[in-house]
Amino acid sequence: MSILVLEEKCTGCRLCVKACPFGEISVEGKLAVIGDGCTLCGACVSACEFGAIEIEVERTREIDFSQYSGVWAVAEQKKGKVQSVTFELLGAGRELADRRGSELSAILIGRRVADAAGELIAGGADNVYVVDSPVFEQFQDEPYSRVLSRLIVKWKPEIVLAGATAIGRSLIPRVAVMVGTGLTADCTGLSIDDDGQLLQTRPAFGGNIMATILTPRHRPQMATVRHKVMRALPSDASRQGKVVHVELKESDKFVRAKVVDFVEEEEKTANIAEADVIVSGGRGLQAPENFSLVEELALALGGAVGASRAAVDAGWIPYSHQVGQTGKTVQAKLYIACGISGAIQHLVGMQSSDVIVAINKDPYAPIFQVATYGIVGDLFEIIPMMVKKLGRA
Amino acid sequence: MHIIVCIKQVPDTTNIKINPETNTLMREGVECIVNPFDMYAIEEALRLKERCEGKVTAVTMGPPQAESALREALSLGVDEAVLISNRAFAGSDTLATSFTLARAIQKIGEYDIVICGKQAIDGDTAQVGPGVAVQLNIPQITFVKKIEEVTPPPAGSIRAERMMEEGFQVVESRLPVLLTVVKEINEPRLPSLRGKMKARKANIQVWGPEELGVDSDRIGLKGSPTYVSRIFAPPQRKSGKIFQGDAEEVVDQLLHELRDGKLV
Repeated sequence: MSILVLEEKCTGCRLCVKACPFGEISVEGKLAVIGDGCTLCGACVSACEFGAIEIEVERTREIDFSQYSGVWAVAEQKKGKVQSVTFELLGAGRELADRRGSELSAILIGRRVADAAGELIAGGADNVYVVDSPVFEQFQDEPYSRVLSRLIVKWKPEIVLAGATAIGRSLIPRVAVMVGTGLTADCTGLSIDDDGQLLQTRPAFGGNIMATILTPRHRPQMATVRHKVMRALPSDASRQGKVVHVELKESDKFVRAKVVDFVEEEEKTANIAEADVIVSGGRGLQAPENFSLVEELALALGGAVGASRAAVDAGWIPYSHQVGQTGKTVQAKLYIACGISGAIQHLVGMQSSDVIVAINKDPYAPIFQVATYGIVGDLFEIIPMMVKKLGRA
Repeated sequence: MHIIVCIKQVPDTTNIKINPETNTLMREGVECIVNPFDMYAIEEALRLKERCEGKVTAVTMGPPQAESALREALSLGVDEAVLISNRAFAGSDTLATSFTLARAIQKIGEYDIVICGKQAIDGDTAQVGPGVAVQLNIPQITFVKKIEEVTPPPAGSIRAERMMEEGFQVVESRLPVLLTVVKEINEPRLPSLRGKMKARKANIQVWGPEELGVDSDRIGLKGSPTYVSRIFAPPQRKSGKIFQGDAEEVVDQLLHELRDGKLV
């Protein structure tokens, strides 16, 4: 426990009382008093205009940071094909490595994946560590995390980045615990200061709040990064890099939770986490068969089909399409919401899209508050008209 | 069979906003709820108990008021509940939290399955489940949307479907195992009146660092490698253009804008 109110500085102004997300601060006399439910979140420290509240971080473990150097990007591949998020990691990682005057390495784990190393070098990597074995054919948590942790402990990178994908969000939390360092999930911003401290910015509370997170006393600094936020570099085939083949240990291959099958779900429309354009339908569609309208528009735009929770719960469309708090968070270039009123649980899943179009007959629907363009009207008229005009163009 | 569910009490994030002028959280009227994903975890644990016979224990770490989240779990049919609560745990990040939860699970005793929600809706990290699995040295299956088969101990195995971006993996594991579950897995039940009565009277154990026998360097702020240095409001969206009137006209106006922005 180490939160302190400095009596000589506190004026009893109550700014901290308002700032505390947990209602744990009261003012007694002219002094802030912190209650037992304090989680040391620090909201009051940033709110105080008088520097009267301090959280003491005791240094428990000093690490010799000079041993750690280089930026790593954990490549994600499926059936040998490098996923686009990897090139975004290389773009972000290149910038960080250049600022630090260090090298950028890609870690490529899979089966028969060595051919992809060239692509990673063209994408910005100085080194590619290739880990190739049949045990890595499908993503499996245990062997992937074991080999990655072993490499981190051995080579001591300063920063490790991975995609905030299903694989990244399952694998990287394991690795961070195995190597005993901090991890920041789902970053939308990364920068670095002169001391090599990584400033990791991420949304929290469903995107209502942004937080900048540091890993001051541990290395490596690990982060997963949201897809489509960072910029990939143009591929440059003339770039030179080194390919290192990593020897496996027998213990790397040990698997208790074994993948026995992969079932691909056939979808007319691409997966929403990857899509640049998403057309989503909600309760305003009135009946399951009307989802075909949304599908047609998505098809005309080359986009994916999303849905509100109401439409999924009604059984009109599978859960994998759900956008929002209990579904997926998406960040499209163009998001079209059709017949979706815009409950906050939906908004937090899509409000960081670049351009939002809302089509709704209720002019007071909350979706219009986040919409770049809104059409107040009957979607049964509007959508077919859009499809027709897009087809003609 | 013994199933342990890890739950978290979270503010109902729908109401949390930041005051852009003062950069502070505005929390008027924010209620606390059981993290929605954890409700699916509780439900799945209860279904497993009904299928295989056994016991369900819920555990949470949080301030004293997190007890009400445990009472809610008890009202649904959970048999026992443990609250990990002490000032010393304050400021825990996902590493310190997973360490503490793992120690509590070990203290609870023999278990076969640990179930967590996919992620909590306040932090959205999805890191504590896998962290607990590593700390317990047991296998994990994340993002489970269906349990296909369970064989209780001594044979002890499970087959589950794990959601990925373009489909799902079928994963087989021995027990004990840790699962994180997504919404698709079930439809949570409502508490019965009898359940509510029972929950009100139930005795909830409260454990601190002494009961868990944990080193103070590994818990709370001291045991947390990450540190929140700043919170701020996301950039606000500019208010948009609204088109209203004849369908053909409004569609033309919209497509004109989208073409200007090279979006179509």
